[in-house]
Amino acid sequence: MKNKFAVFLVCAVALVALPLFVQQFGQGWVRILATALLYTLLALGLNIIVGYAGLLDLGYVAFYAVGAYMYALLASPHLTETFPWIAAMFPKGLHMPIWVVVPLGAGLAALAGVLLGTPVLKLRGDYLAIVTLGFGEIIRVFMNNLEHPVNITNGPRGLDRIDPFTIFGVNFGKPLVVGGFSIASVTLYYWLFLALVVGSVVLCHRLELSRIGRAWMAIREDEIAAKAMGINTRNMKLLAFGMGATFGGVSGSMFAAFQGFVSPESFSLMESIMIVAMVVLGGMGYLPGVILGALLLSALPEVLRYVAGPLQHLTDGRLDASILRQLLIALAMIVIMLLRPRGLMPPPEHGKAAPSPATAK
Amino acid sequence: MTQPVLLKVSALKVAYGGIQAVKGATFEVRQGELVSLIGANGAGKTTTLKAVTGLQPVAGGEVEYLGQSIKGRGAWDLVKQGLVMVPEGRGCFTRMTITENLLMGAYVRDDNEIEADIEKVFAIFPRLKERRDQLSGTMSGGEQQMLAMGRALMARPKVLLLDEPSMGLSPIMVDKIFEVVHDIHQRGTTVLLVEQNASRALELADRGYVMESGEVTMSGPARQLLDDPKVKAAYLGE
Repeated sequence: MKNKFAVFLVCAVALVALPLFVQQFGQGWVRILATALLYTLLALGLNIIVGYAGLLDLGYVAFYAVGAYMYALLASPHLTETFPWIAAMFPKGLHMPIWVVVPLGAGLAALAGVLLGTPVLKLRGDYLAIVTLGFGEIIRVFMNNLEHPVNITNGPRGLDRIDPFTIFGVNFGKPLVVGGFSIASVTLYYWLFLALVVGSVVLCHRLELSRIGRAWMAIREDEIAAKAMGINTRNMKLLAFGMGATFGGVSGSMFAAFQGFVSPESFSLMESIMIVAMVVLGGMGYLPGVILGALLLSALPEVLRYVAGPLQHLTDGRLDASILRQLLIALAMIVIMLLRPRGLMPPPEHGKAAPSPATAK
Repeated sequence: MTQPVLLKVSALKVAYGGIQAVKGATFEVRQGELVSLIGANGAGKTTTLKAVTGLQPVAGGEVEYLGQSIKGRGAWDLVKQGLVMVPEGRGCFTRMTITENLLMGAYVRDDNEIEADIEKVFAIFPRLKERRDQLSGTMSGGEQQMLAMGRALMARPKVLLLDEPSMGLSPIMVDKIFEVVHDIHQRGTTVLLVEQNASRALELADRGYVMESGEVTMSGPARQLLDDPKVKAAYLGE
């Protein structure tokens, strides 16, 4: 027990200290780490919908977009510049504190989740996937076009000059100076995201073991039987959509503050697919797997940047580096899924005496 | 028979899209009875059960459970009130262990006798106890049927609805399953048994109903139905 605690403590210190070490190689690396954590948060949210409740959602990025735009609109000069009456209401400019915006973004995303969930309650599997995919695109197209006749989202140009977070008087946009030692802005965000991921993991773990978690798993296994057990499948599915969406909404507002800029481009179908890939590649419904998948798939493209460059030189620049990178990612995914069809880290088979096909040779 | 009627179905109609699967089913189940609903494949037996348990909307007629209409009530609500079904094809949660499946059966309960009830189920099905930590998907069809029945008992049903428990099982297993159905009934649970295996189902039952192309066409004490020449010809192969 003591040993376990020691390991835990070392891991915790290492995770907290990681950016301070990594920043020696450049702030870009810390940024990659922070982004990876943001994706982990998204993957954890999608895992509730796909992994626990078994509802294949290919439009998850819509919730991310809702959260991001929520924060961007309420903490950037866009609305006050466009609408004089809003400017009149907020003479100092619209700078909502995160204690208002983040819960609001989460709530709005949850509402979007329930709105999406309601019409698709009777759909499963591939049919559900197609409808959710459409939903994701609808949100993106909305963001792209809500500039006429009234400019709300500023269309494809996106929203910029978004306020960085300010928590307890600490402005995340500026380096924090503590006793002559300067901590970079990205590092502050890294810590914030780390705290959120840790909190989410604890929350998800508790959910998994709860009555709600068991109900979700029953629905995933056999919906008719779940109903026959007295599970209110309608409410449970809506709850899964709502909770998953909340994670997306919070991540979205984090993303907006972190980047300082949002545009519809960030919420393409490809993003949704990447998040689904993280969950599936890592191990659906199993937290360590999902985290691994998220970290791997968000870091892989960055790492491949260093591989694709030299490869491009080998071919005298005839190969486009970004295309080569995508090709390598696709290849890596195919190899992983061939070798580990249930994900890199699938949930352990908890049947102790179960003769699983893999071991009973 | 002065026992109160627990389940009363009158002129029930159920439709899938435009197709009328059940055109007129009338029957009742009284407390403490074992009632069999028999009929050939496609007679509408399973659809009837689905409508009775709130899994399929009722298109016409009336279903009353404990004297109240089930209209507008979800399946979950009825399970809470003790109307519990073992679905056709068992519906075990294959990636959960036996014990976890049984715990799922007690989903609607929050008392502290769940552990004790698991032991009771194990007493009825010793086979399940042997395999309590095994994934249910690794068990045979008969064992899964036992699990499905045990899981339903975990909800402490007032009326237990069994949908073709003998389907697809070996003759020995069929014997075993009917033995257990009899046993469960003897312990005081009211049972509605839906079966294609007419002779076995009627032998166990107090009363029986015969369903043909969406309608209940015959009813009576089970003995009487067993001796009925029409039933004999159509379902008992005599």
